[in-house]
Amino acid sequence: MLSIKNLHVCIDGKEILRGINLDVKAGEVHAIMGPNASGKSTLAQLLAGREIYKVTAGSVHYLGRDLLAMSPERRACEGVFLAFQYPVEIPGVSNALFLKTALNAIRKYHRLPELDAMDFLTLVRERMKRVGMDEALLLRAVNEGFSGGEKKRNEILQLNILQPRLAILDETDSGLDIDALKLVADGVNDMRGADRAIILVTHYQRLLDYIVPDAVHVLSQGCIVKSGGADLAKDLERHGYNWLETGDLIKQIA
Amino acid sequence: MTTTQQLNELINREYQHGFYTQLEADTIPLGLNESTIRLISAKKNEPAFMLEWRLKAYQHWLTLSEPRWANLDWSPIDYQNAYYYSAPKSEKNGPRDLSEIDPELLRTYEKLGIPLKEQKMLAGVAVDAVFDSVSVATTFKQNLSTLGIIFCPFSEAVQKYPDLVKQYLGSVVPYTDNFFASLNAAVFSDGSFCYIPPGVHCPMELSTYFRINAKNTGQFERTLIIADKDAYVSYLEGCTAPMRDEHQLHAAVVELIALEGARIKYATVQNWYPGDKEGKGGIYNFVTKRGDCRGEKSHISWTQVETGSAITWKYPSVILRGNGSVGEFYSVALSNNHQQADTGTKMIHIGRDTKSTVLSKGISAGYGQNTYRGLIKVLSGAENARNYTQCDSLLLGEHCGAHTFPYIEVKNPSAKVEHEASTSRIGEEQLFYCTQRGISPENAVSMIVSGFCKAVFQELPMEFSVEAQKLLGVSLEGSTG
Repeated sequence: MLSIKNLHVCIDGKEILRGINLDVKAGEVHAIMGPNASGKSTLAQLLAGREIYKVTAGSVHYLGRDLLAMSPERRACEGVFLAFQYPVEIPGVSNALFLKTALNAIRKYHRLPELDAMDFLTLVRERMKRVGMDEALLLRAVNEGFSGGEKKRNEILQLNILQPRLAILDETDSGLDIDALKLVADGVNDMRGADRAIILVTHYQRLLDYIVPDAVHVLSQGCIVKSGGADLAKDLERHGYNWLETGDLIKQIA
Repeated sequence: MTTTQQLNELINREYQHGFYTQLEADTIPLGLNESTIRLISAKKNEPAFMLEWRLKAYQHWLTLSEPRWANLDWSPIDYQNAYYYSAPKSEKNGPRDLSEIDPELLRTYEKLGIPLKEQKMLAGVAVDAVFDSVSVATTFKQNLSTLGIIFCPFSEAVQKYPDLVKQYLGSVVPYTDNFFASLNAAVFSDGSFCYIPPGVHCPMELSTYFRINAKNTGQFERTLIIADKDAYVSYLEGCTAPMRDEHQLHAAVVELIALEGARIKYATVQNWYPGDKEGKGGIYNFVTKRGDCRGEKSHISWTQVETGSAITWKYPSVILRGNGSVGEFYSVALSNNHQQADTGTKMIHIGRDTKSTVLSKGISAGYGQNTYRGLIKVLSGAENARNYTQCDSLLLGEHCGAHTFPYIEVKNPSAKVEHEASTSRIGEEQLFYCTQRGISPENAVSMIVSGFCKAVFQELPMEFSVEAQKLLGVSLEGSTG
């Protein structure tokens, strides 16, 4: 579904990603782990179409098409979804309106009839129950005054309603207590399916106790330094990221 | 597409009302002197007191110079190179009913979307349309008169209700008030007049639609609204002008008088031609609007959506004279391209237990400069006065500016005055969040701007709310429930 080849990415002339190779197939869940400033969030945002990053080399193909040539809204309509690490506030715009606008924009793109207010409300109420969200949050402005947990759950709600084919979750677990983490994990597991791929970007192994990935990649200084199965995350938890970096260093010296 | 491009696209949408109607016009000679004023007064067949008042205003105006204290920069206005009166010729003798109005004129109004024809009147808006300098049709007059409501062109009021005019004209905005108000008093050619008798709740929104059509004409209209004891009226005003390379002057005066227990709601959607992308042409909008809460527990609110004009200089104010009176000001002002707006309000607390609310939303885009200027003044006798001011600015793009000048003068220790201000920018992050959800950049900007203005739009009557939304290029949320 997603094929990244030798991807190099810069921001303000500084190279953040230095030759990423990654293949994600439909039905798979991949975790991308790594220390702070390793380039995890850059990768997530770049895939979603953030324009502040510049691709200097390499390619990204999504469902066989050049992802990098598409605008962010086109990517969204084609089924690429990013759950933001820091969801943005939009004062005066109700959460319900925002969601309805987004859903209908995507439906329109696929030449589906737009949902009217009643149908939308029925759908959103049912999904909110699933992700354990208070209905009152529908009428509040997008993310305004939401607690950290509410913001993350709001992202999961959007994920659930927009039903993307490729979901990228950027540190959706950070700042959550254990109950909230479980709810978020349930929401993500709910989305697992044969024709959907999920990329979890995370700093900690903790989330992976609840969402068991098919593959784990460790990103360090803009490169994937190690890939493996779910066990890799457990090793990392035990030894810390230094373990890998030291190993990497030894390899380079040897 | 980059964020800047997206914003530019929204900003650079073309002016929709820039057509010009070919009409034969009755125009008096170029320039301004005492005989110009005598000529205007004669054309209007005015009683002596009006001419006398105009001439006094003119003499006073000669002693004044343009106010330059605002955060605005405009090229000098040649007051001698303008026409001070222009009327569509076919209306020379005044309109009698709609069938007698030049069909070309009616088509103009149709293009503007004004429901002028009787069958469209069922919508419930009574319209007094001012085309250049004269009032062409006042609809629904009959229905209103059964309630004792007077709603007519100013020139008609001067003929039919001279005592009311004499009593109230200039009582809120005297001809000495400021340069532009003096000029208006001297040369104003028409406008709207409205009187709501005691205890009458006006059953429909009253509306005036202004349009500047002729070249090189200034529009100087004057609106006078009196709500007698316990009366209620909601009044709407809309404006457009054709596209021209020259600047055109608009110097209007609006006076509102609310007697005991009366309430006046006055809403404006101002969409005068703003000039082109390089700042060429556009209306100079120098307007004096003031309301007087003369009676106890009276209530005046101003709501304005200012999207047009090259220069906007406008401070709708309320004098809170009656004890327990309430003044409100809700404003959305958008300046894009090279537009400049210096707008705000004055709330003058004189009576006890008076209350005022100010909510200002300024949006700057392109090279636009948007200034909020507000005065909250609490006099020594205004025991227990309250004011709450919130003024927010939204910036779109890199070259625009937002400025806030709040003035607060409090002479009574029991007063409570609050001021809150914020400035934000539609960030690349906010836009990305929307586009990542599949929303087009254009709709995203509209949605964000609409959200920003929501609290003010809620104050507008439904019909205008829709127009305001369109003007800002946004679709209103909440209408689908």
